[in-house]
Amino acid sequence: MATTTPAAPDSTEDPAGAGEPRHGLRIFLLWVVPAIAADLLLWFVYGPHMPPGGMSSSAASQQFDFKVMAVLATPVVLFVLIFSGYAFVTWRARKDDDSEHDGAPIRGHVRVQVAWITISSVLVLGLAGFGTYELIAPNGAGSGEGPSPVWNPTGARLTVAQMTAPWRPGHELVVQVIAQQWLFTFRYPQFGGVETPKLELPVDTPIQFDVTSLDVIHSFWAYQLGVKADANPQVDNVAYTTTRQTGTVNVRCAELCGLWHGAMYTDGKVVPAAAFEAWARSTQAQLASVTKTLPRFALIYTPNEIKGLNKLYYQAGLPGAGGGYYPAQYYPYEP
Amino acid sequence: MSLLARAVTLLVAFLAVTAGIVFVVVHILLAKPPTVDFTAGHVAGRPVDMTVMTDPVNDVSDHPDWVSYFVRSPQTGKWVHSTIWQLPAHTRINVTAYEFDTCDPLRNQVMGQVTGTIGGVMSVSGETIGVNGKAISLVNSDTTCGVAHTFTVPSLGINVPFAGVPYAVPLSKVCSLGPCAMSFLHTTTTFSFVTPGPGEYRWQCFIPCGLATVDGNGHAMSTIGFMTGYLDVVS
Repeated sequence: MATTTPAAPDSTEDPAGAGEPRHGLRIFLLWVVPAIAADLLLWFVYGPHMPPGGMSSSAASQQFDFKVMAVLATPVVLFVLIFSGYAFVTWRARKDDDSEHDGAPIRGHVRVQVAWITISSVLVLGLAGFGTYELIAPNGAGSGEGPSPVWNPTGARLTVAQMTAPWRPGHELVVQVIAQQWLFTFRYPQFGGVETPKLELPVDTPIQFDVTSLDVIHSFWAYQLGVKADANPQVDNVAYTTTRQTGTVNVRCAELCGLWHGAMYTDGKVVPAAAFEAWARSTQAQLASVTKTLPRFALIYTPNEIKGLNKLYYQAGLPGAGGGYYPAQYYPYEP
Repeated sequence: MSLLARAVTLLVAFLAVTAGIVFVVVHILLAKPPTVDFTAGHVAGRPVDMTVMTDPVNDVSDHPDWVSYFVRSPQTGKWVHSTIWQLPAHTRINVTAYEFDTCDPLRNQVMGQVTGTIGGVMSVSGETIGVNGKAISLVNSDTTCGVAHTFTVPSLGINVPFAGVPYAVPLSKVCSLGPCAMSFLHTTTTFSFVTPGPGEYRWQCFIPCGLATVDGNGHAMSTIGFMTGYLDVVS
């Protein structure tokens, strides 16, 4: 009589499951390989090309954040897909299964609870710490910090006198972004306060953007620089970045601001420092006559640059127009 | 109420709402002024002459107190209430602008500079800023109150401030019926620019002249057909 040798047990078979495969292990094995492969591809292949690129310190910082988020999120997405696929293929109701009720409830499992709370706490606190570091270390991460920025690269806010002192290569460049319906202009206080619709910046230079508005709320979004700061009337909103690569910068308004909001965009450039200085000097000379007619450089501009004109307009019955000379209920200091 | 009456009421209500939506979409959302065509009969290489006027009032719309542009139709010679102008690409456009409105200061004086025109200048005839007939490249609207409106195409770098009529003139000399007759006090600005390749280029006035609106950029400033529109450049 022939004897049969029992087959070697499948390593993924649950020894306590009466022949039931170890589904958890199988799912893990199905998941871990593509998850690692996807993360490696994301980090090393696609990561360096993720938006907004590496044109500035804040952009590079945001790109790093995106890489971290992608590397964390992709395994989760893969797990959900693989688990769902595995469940769909493997588990189905048996013909003789007439059970219409859930199994016995699981009550209390200290190890699971401790593990759950511990892992969740580590993840949440770790991400909170990471996020805070990523906000502080790159000096606000390219976002507007308001009129009194705490995370500035020089340790102290520049005074207006420092902001208007002539610029030297390698030193911080101050660019005032002035938004109005529907145009951005850029004022360079270190170059005599010249104002132009063109944005040009030197590479490898710390930049201080002072963002303000002459009318409604806009938002200055220099995409490749990773800079986005609201432009509020009567507010100086400061954002920092350091340019690292030359190239083109797309500037858009990111706050719905009226009829031509969608057309409120322009292109800027990051160029070598020598080219920037040459451009700035020539622009300063070219626009000298119009610069003389501008108000003196200030952190914000009020609509009442001409003293008494508001009163004249108000008395003439022309509220709300003409350079923004508003009726008293909006700006009660005049008339 | 009977079943029939309820059904009829429901149907009537449905039709009324539908009609309302159609009216809003067709007459408000999709409404736009006619396109004034400067390409018909245009010979390549020849310049195009365009004449516009900016008026303190208009008598051709539901908003007679709104400031407005008008353009002279090259076909009929009549003034048309439109800010959508079809122009040939890569062509010199000679513009004559009659300005009948009173002056206002610019919100941003940088817009007082003439840019993007041939030679970077405009010529102004009128008595507001003392430059009769001269080619100038800058108007200081703060000190002279010399600008009434601008013609600005941001994407093309074109900006032309139109000298305005001073406030200190008898009201009878200020236009009160648009399109304005040439007998009313006005200034004349001439300039030229070259159109780029085909495309739609928005233009607007940068004097916040939307009276009685916060920031002055509502009403006429935010309505195509009055103080903003398109250059529809075609090949």
